[in-house]
Amino acid sequence: MPMIEKADGPVWKRRKSATQWLIWFGWLIALSIAAYAWKLISDKTIWMFVVDAPRQMMDAATRMVPPKWSYIDELWGPIWETINIATIGSIIAMIIAIPVAFAAAHNTTPHKLVRAFALLIIVATRSINSLVWALLLVVIVGPGAFAGTLAIGIRSIGGCAKLLYEGIEEINHNQVEAIRATGASPAQEMIYGILPQVMPTFAGVAVFRWDVNIRGSTILGIVGAGGIGVQLNSSINTIAWTQVSMILLVILVTVILSEWVSAKVRHAII
Amino acid sequence: MSDAAGTSYPTRWKKPPFIKNSLLRWSIIVGSAVYLAAAIGTMDVNWTRAWEGLPRGVDMMTKFFPPNFADTRGVIFDGILESIWMAIIATIGGIILSIPIGLGAARNLSPRWVYLLCRFIVAASRTFPEIILAIFAVKFFGFGPFAGFIALSIGTIGFFAKLLAEDIENMNKSQAEAVRATGSSWFQWINYAVQPQVMPRMIGLAMYRLDINFRESAVVGIIGAGGIGAHLLTSVQRYEYDTTSAILLVIIVIVMTLEYTSSYLRKWVQ
Repeated sequence: MPMIEKADGPVWKRRKSATQWLIWFGWLIALSIAAYAWKLISDKTIWMFVVDAPRQMMDAATRMVPPKWSYIDELWGPIWETINIATIGSIIAMIIAIPVAFAAAHNTTPHKLVRAFALLIIVATRSINSLVWALLLVVIVGPGAFAGTLAIGIRSIGGCAKLLYEGIEEINHNQVEAIRATGASPAQEMIYGILPQVMPTFAGVAVFRWDVNIRGSTILGIVGAGGIGVQLNSSINTIAWTQVSMILLVILVTVILSEWVSAKVRHAII
Repeated sequence: MSDAAGTSYPTRWKKPPFIKNSLLRWSIIVGSAVYLAAAIGTMDVNWTRAWEGLPRGVDMMTKFFPPNFADTRGVIFDGILESIWMAIIATIGGIILSIPIGLGAARNLSPRWVYLLCRFIVAASRTFPEIILAIFAVKFFGFGPFAGFIALSIGTIGFFAKLLAEDIENMNKSQAEAVRATGSSWFQWINYAVQPQVMPRMIGLAMYRLDINFRESAVVGIIGAGGIGAHLLTSVQRYEYDTTSAILLVIIVIVMTLEYTSSYLRKWVQ
């Protein structure tokens, strides 16, 4: 914190003036980027529609109430399917992610090359949204929940494996060494030294991912990969607003329930 | 053999089970087995279609290589840029909106009714996946990146305001009290006591959210909300898988770059 000597005594400043200028310069750059981005977006916007949007929203909102309660009879199947996509997808993901995570963690990887390959799998599956995976898988295995399950599964490999290998890297090595000192084989070392330490993390990650996947599986229907998104998409396309609001309510309840379940389970584990 | 006390202790050590209560353990195991059987049983997998799709999958994979960056219609570059700008402006817009909401949602700063209102806004914007928000944004604001900007901004509020509020609730109270004791106004108090405490983490989170927003902005185009997604969908529908793989590669590279930058920046500010 520099002091600047002035005629009437020292003045306290928070930063040196060079640093201050640098910070202002940084803000200037950030603002320019924002302004430029805004210009590009606004060039591609038809402002007439935007001006009209509040009226459209009010219109849709009034058409949405009351929700078509009787439509729930047709939604039980899709809800069940949505939950199954998320659950089985998460299980598939965990089954593949666990070996990948052990290969990717510094302390358990068999070889550097294996580690690089495992990290590649993690990055590639993580970076691509499950909707894109679904888009590709619908072409391969045909439309339906199976494509959605595989999409959720593939997308979650990276998401799970990343958290898992970070958990594996944080284990206490004294315990592993103690097991090794008893003359344990590498497999026994894994079962009695490493696994008990990472099991809570694994369970936590699985439940967390399941919660994320419930949200994710509600939209896969847009590209034809099953779940409640199919109904949502067709209801929006046919402008059946009362059905749309019913579906949104159902999604809301499902998401809140899944969040509650995952919070409870994680609380119980950790 | 003189077993003096007459009690037989187990001579073999058994690994303690992960869930100690045996009734709970078995009901979880049986329950999951029943659920899985039901879920897999009701999942409508068209195996003949999936089997027929395998050659298509192989065909898709072979067409993936080499990726075609030639970009004959000049859309990849344009679409990627649009996604990037959309992600940036949505992050900035979302954060600007999040700051008042986050302050309001912190229990130690705001009166009860403001707290409840802001918590409700946060919960509402967190529940629905960005894609569903984008579907509605497209309905109301017309096709194009503006709809994506709106959807991602709302998604950002749910994420950023929640974490900001939690961070403020966990801040160091003595610093806040010290500033308050100097007779500061409310804004001075926020600016000198609260802001410096939460700023480093918030910068990191902003980068993280930019990362998330880019991933989402790459797919919202599938439903017409601007960005590269539209071209991705077109390329899959036209069976131009070499273009698809080029787009996916570009997305992966950008996501990786963003991820490394954000983790580096987070280490640097903390």
